[in-house]
Amino acid sequence: MYVAVKGGERAINNAHKLLAEQRRGDKDIAEIETDQIEQQLSLSVTRVMAEGSLYDRDLAALAIKQGRGDLIEAIFLMRAYRTTLPRFAFSKPIKTAEMDVSRRISATFKDLPGGQILGPTFDYTHRLLDFTLMANGEAPSEAPSGEQPVDENMPRVLDDILNYEGLIQDEPVPVEENAPVADLTREPVKFPAGRDLRLQNLSRGDEGFVLALGYSTQRGYANSHAFVGEIRYGTVSVEIEPEELGFAIDIGDIELTECETVNKFKGSKTKLPQFTRGYGLVFGQNERKAISMALVDRAMRANEMGEQIMGPAQDSEFVMEHSDNVQSTGFVEHIKLPHYVDFQGELELVRRMRAEVEERLAKSEAENGTSQPEAAE
Amino acid sequence: MEQTVKNPADGAPDYNFAYLDEQTKRMIRRALLKAVAIPGYQVPFAGREMPMPYGWGTGGVQVTAAVIGPNDTLKVIDQGADDTTNAVSIRQFFAKTAQVATTEKTAEASIIQTRHRIPEKELREDQVLVYQVPIPEPLRFLEPRETETRKMHALEEYGLMHVKLYEDIARHGHIATTYAYPVMVDDRYVMDPSPTPKFDNPKMNDMAALQLFGAGREKRIYALPPYTKVKSLDFEDHPFEVQTWEDECGMCGARDSYLDEVILDDQGNRMFVCSDTDYCAERQEAGHRGPQHHDQPLGTADRGKAAE
Repeated sequence: MYVAVKGGERAINNAHKLLAEQRRGDKDIAEIETDQIEQQLSLSVTRVMAEGSLYDRDLAALAIKQGRGDLIEAIFLMRAYRTTLPRFAFSKPIKTAEMDVSRRISATFKDLPGGQILGPTFDYTHRLLDFTLMANGEAPSEAPSGEQPVDENMPRVLDDILNYEGLIQDEPVPVEENAPVADLTREPVKFPAGRDLRLQNLSRGDEGFVLALGYSTQRGYANSHAFVGEIRYGTVSVEIEPEELGFAIDIGDIELTECETVNKFKGSKTKLPQFTRGYGLVFGQNERKAISMALVDRAMRANEMGEQIMGPAQDSEFVMEHSDNVQSTGFVEHIKLPHYVDFQGELELVRRMRAEVEERLAKSEAENGTSQPEAAE
Repeated sequence: MEQTVKNPADGAPDYNFAYLDEQTKRMIRRALLKAVAIPGYQVPFAGREMPMPYGWGTGGVQVTAAVIGPNDTLKVIDQGADDTTNAVSIRQFFAKTAQVATTEKTAEASIIQTRHRIPEKELREDQVLVYQVPIPEPLRFLEPRETETRKMHALEEYGLMHVKLYEDIARHGHIATTYAYPVMVDDRYVMDPSPTPKFDNPKMNDMAALQLFGAGREKRIYALPPYTKVKSLDFEDHPFEVQTWEDECGMCGARDSYLDEVILDDQGNRMFVCSDTDYCAERQEAGHRGPQHHDQPLGTADRGKAAE
């Protein structure tokens, strides 16, 4: 016998308790501390900061712990916290040209002013499981310092080297340094969206989604063949200029990865051919994301370049509406919420339609004396 | 009105009254005013991330947070029921962040936030109904591009929608839309009523209460001011009609309410109950009994051993 279902409240509370218990796992194993996450899972931490749009290593580590290592859950926790924070100032544009570089490479020139600086990278490691890590192996030996200091004013491949010859399209800096920049967290997005908004969207967009779209541009769904002109990773300082002060003050350093791509050229009978550009910028060390972002940025410039739209990566509305993993995970997963009211409507309609067909068949059977046992057509 | 909510009990940080900061509420209220001024028009707003996932009613929660005051009484329903897990969770959220009174009684609420249903009891002028909306754009499944659909609304170009409904009739003999059934608002905008069953569409027309719609992920707000004309789209020879049941509610015997089907066993036995739990409870308190009610007098209970 049906008894009206009550007790949703108690069920939720108990489910939360079970979740907390599962998060903690076996109590005989030491509880992981957030500073361990912050130090030793630092690439997770920076991904959570990037897609959570909040630069705070400690909070990101906490979010990862609370989310049981589910990074999208952690990103969501960061976003929900971020949204409550007051906005007291806008920074001045950061200067990646003045980055304190830990890594800087160019794929377009073998050697170049400033040099190729490998820095910390998985690129040339052999992906063999290192069982000593599991056995709590000894501390790694310290990496030696370079013989020469890194160039403090590392020239930029695209602006300082390629553009010297006018070989690449100009990327004019807005005349006014404090020109307004779109902010999708404060203003509803309108289409067609400007490049500032598109870049902001990509920078906080889901790494996997941006990666897949970037990949698709390399496989013929858009054609903007790219070279990595430069990737640099390091720290830059962030400055704000409080109105009452009248000069800028340094509020701290952030880690960034920047990627600039050199893409297929464009020219005409009257215009000199020039390479075009794509741009990627993301918190932390994340070259996968920065390169993918630059590929998609370039693809989304199709209209500006007068190119035919051939693939999803070129369609800014498609890209921007589906890049946010907090939005997409929410909407995809919400279909597990109750929908019985709507489903009831569908049940009723399907039953009614079936009854009508059966009635029609029975009628024609009675009239013609033939049976037509076909089911659904 | 700057109020904060302290929660020393579980060490939660201080949040502003009803979670959102006052600037955000002001922004949402501006969007709401515009929405009320242009009934059925989707107003873009800078929706915020909320502490519950997109798809769980973040739009409705933001609208409620923007209109709720300390003297309000809040009711939250999901699928018509107050005790569905998500309704419980949202009610707890406002009980905690706004410390407002909550109720399960439709008549006692000043704000009702809903997902997928309109209460059976007629709403009054002093009540606000807040809908949670997943896809605010009624034309979205006909045209995925926002740039196109906005143009279609601006030009009042709704031919595509009528063609879709016509094709349904040609193919199935019926308009095969049972929920989120499109409506024409004030003879101007085609609007998505949110995924309420079409059974509820007639209640939207000329409703005394203010109806507000919030779509968090899609960042749109729209509204129906009290006593707005809302007409479900149809054809002269295929007039709009709502769902009907041959059965009655097993608990309260109602024949005029939206019924949910409850599967009783794996032998095909089922019964029906009111989706609106408050409506059903009120009727039971007034002495109405359905065939499966547990204190049904002997003899009559057998009749309901389930719809066989």
